[in-house]
Amino acid sequence: MEFEPVIGLEVHAQLKTNTKIFCSCSTKFGADPNTHVCPVCLGMPGVLPVLNKTVVEYAMRMALATDCTIAHQSRFARKNYFYPDLPKGYQISQYELPIAEHGHVNITMEDGTKKRIGITRIHMEEDAGKLIHDPTRPVSRVDFNRTGTPLIEIVSEPDIRSPEEAGAYLRQVRSILRYLGISDGNMEEGSFRCDANVSIRPRGTEPFGTRAELKNLNSFKYVESAIAYEIKRQKMVIGDGGDVVQETRLWDSAGNRSISMRGKEEAHDYRYFPDPDLVPLVIDDEWIESVRKRLPELPEARKARFLDEYALPEYDADILTSAKELADYFEDCAKEVENPKIVSNWVMGTLLGLLNAEGKSIEESPVSPAQLAELLILIETSVISGKIAKTVFDEMVKSGKAAKAIVEEKGLVQVTDESAIEAVVDQVIDANPAEVEKFKAGNAKLMGFFVGQVMRETKGKANPQIVNKLLKKKLG
Amino acid sequence: MKISKQEVLHVAGLARLNIDEAMIDMFAGQLGDILEYVETLDRLDTTDIPPTFHAVDISNAFREDRIKQHLDKNEAVKNAPEEEDGHFIVPKVIE
Repeated sequence: MEFEPVIGLEVHAQLKTNTKIFCSCSTKFGADPNTHVCPVCLGMPGVLPVLNKTVVEYAMRMALATDCTIAHQSRFARKNYFYPDLPKGYQISQYELPIAEHGHVNITMEDGTKKRIGITRIHMEEDAGKLIHDPTRPVSRVDFNRTGTPLIEIVSEPDIRSPEEAGAYLRQVRSILRYLGISDGNMEEGSFRCDANVSIRPRGTEPFGTRAELKNLNSFKYVESAIAYEIKRQKMVIGDGGDVVQETRLWDSAGNRSISMRGKEEAHDYRYFPDPDLVPLVIDDEWIESVRKRLPELPEARKARFLDEYALPEYDADILTSAKELADYFEDCAKEVENPKIVSNWVMGTLLGLLNAEGKSIEESPVSPAQLAELLILIETSVISGKIAKTVFDEMVKSGKAAKAIVEEKGLVQVTDESAIEAVVDQVIDANPAEVEKFKAGNAKLMGFFVGQVMRETKGKANPQIVNKLLKKKLG
Repeated sequence: MKISKQEVLHVAGLARLNIDEAMIDMFAGQLGDILEYVETLDRLDTTDIPPTFHAVDISNAFREDRIKQHLDKNEAVKNAPEEEDGHFIVPKVIE
C-alpha cells in the first residue's frame, strides 16, 4: 500500500521586545542567572501581570502578514502543569479565543512548485525558564531570566506532505518574522522552535492516521531528518501489522533517530481556564488598519518585485529575498549598477561564498554594497575583466581598499587595444606550433589552451572577447 | 453530584498529592457537596443573558515596553531551600 504523510507544524517564535510579556523585566539574553526577574515573573503570590502592548502589536503584524483574521475579542488562559521551569504552576497562554486564526503562508519548493499552507491559529504566550541538568548530581539548576519572554505560537494546518515542504514552510515563516522585525528566528539559539505532528494514511483516503509529536528539532536540518525518519518508522510499524501509538518522540540528532517519551507522559490534562488576572483584549478595526499600514514589504511581494523590476530569474529572486538584509544589500548595490543580473551573480556567488566560508552574516560583509557596486561598474565599463574582478574583490576583502584604487595601484586595467592583443596572440601561436597543428587537425578543446596562454602573457588583463575573436580568426 | 474514586485520584495526581484510602472517600464526599452547591446556579433562567466575558468590566490594560527595576542579584534565590551560583536547585526532573 502507498502511504501519504500528513504533517502539521507548531512554531514558537520569541518576540524581540525590550521587556517580558506581563512584567517590565528585560528580555536580554546572557544576563547572570535570576537577575532579570521580579515578583511577577517569579510567580509570587498577590502579583498582577499586565500585558505588554508591543507584544500585541507584534502578534498582529504576524497575523496580518499571514492573512489571518484578527479576533476583535481575545483573552488569556492558564495552562496548568507542574515543571520546575514554570514558577507559577501554570503558563499564561491563549486557548479558546486566540488573537488570530485562519491564515496561510505560500511556499515555493526548489523545483518551483508552489503550495499554500494553512495557518490554524496564532496566539500569544509566555516562555518558561531554563533548566540545566547537573551531570553528576540528581539535581537541576533553574534560571528564570527567560520566564515570561513573549512568544507567539503559530500552528499550521496539517497541509504539509513531505519533509521538504516542512523545511520550506519553516523557512518562509522565519523569513516573514524577520522581515517584520519581530523575531530573530534563530533555531540554534532557541528564539525559533518547532514541534512537528506527523502521521501517515493510505494515499487517496481522508481520515488521519494516529500521529506522533516530534520535539527537540533545533535546526532546519533536524526538522527535515526527524520527519523523514518518523514517516519511515510509521510505515514500518504498519507494514509489520502494528498500530502507530500516539506519543511524543524526542529527536536524537547524534543517533539520527527519535526516542519515544512513552511511559513518562501521562495523558495531558491542562485544565485551561480564563486567567482572571488579565482583562479581555479588544482590538478594533482602526487598530488593525494602523498596524496593516505600517507593515513592511514582505518576502513574497519583494520577490515578485525583484522578478518584475530587475528581471531576475526566479531562482535568484528566491535566494535574494530569503532574508531582508540580503535583499537590502542587493538593492543598495543594484541601484548603482546598470545590469541587475551581474549584481545578483556576484552577491549570490562570490559574496555569499565568502560569507559562508567565514561564517559571517550579510550585515558583517567586509565589502559594502557601494564598494561592490564600484567594482561591478568597472566590469560593465570594460575597465577590467570579470576574471580580474575576482582578484580585485579578494584584495578588497583583504585590504578594505576601494576597487578603483586597487586596479590603479596594481595596473590591472584591461587591455582592449586590439593591436596590442594581436601581438601577443601571434607570439603564442608562433611559440606553440605542435598545438596549432593539433587544433587544425580537429582538437577544438585546445582553444582553451591558447586563450590561457594569451591570458598568462597579459597577466589576465586582455579583454577575453577580443582574445577569442583574434584566436578564431588566426587559427580558423 | 457523585464523584468517583477515580476522579478523586486523578485530581490528586494532577495536584501531586498523596492521599490514602480513607481520604479518598472523604474528598469524594466533599468535592461532590461543593459541586452540588454550585449547581444551585443552574436553576437560574439565563436564556436572555449574554455570557460574561470577564468578571470585571474593563478591557485593554496595557503596559508600555519599557524596562523597570529588577530584583537585586541573589534576591530572587534568597528564600530558596537550595541555591547555587544564583540558580535555584531542584530535584532533577526529566520530561
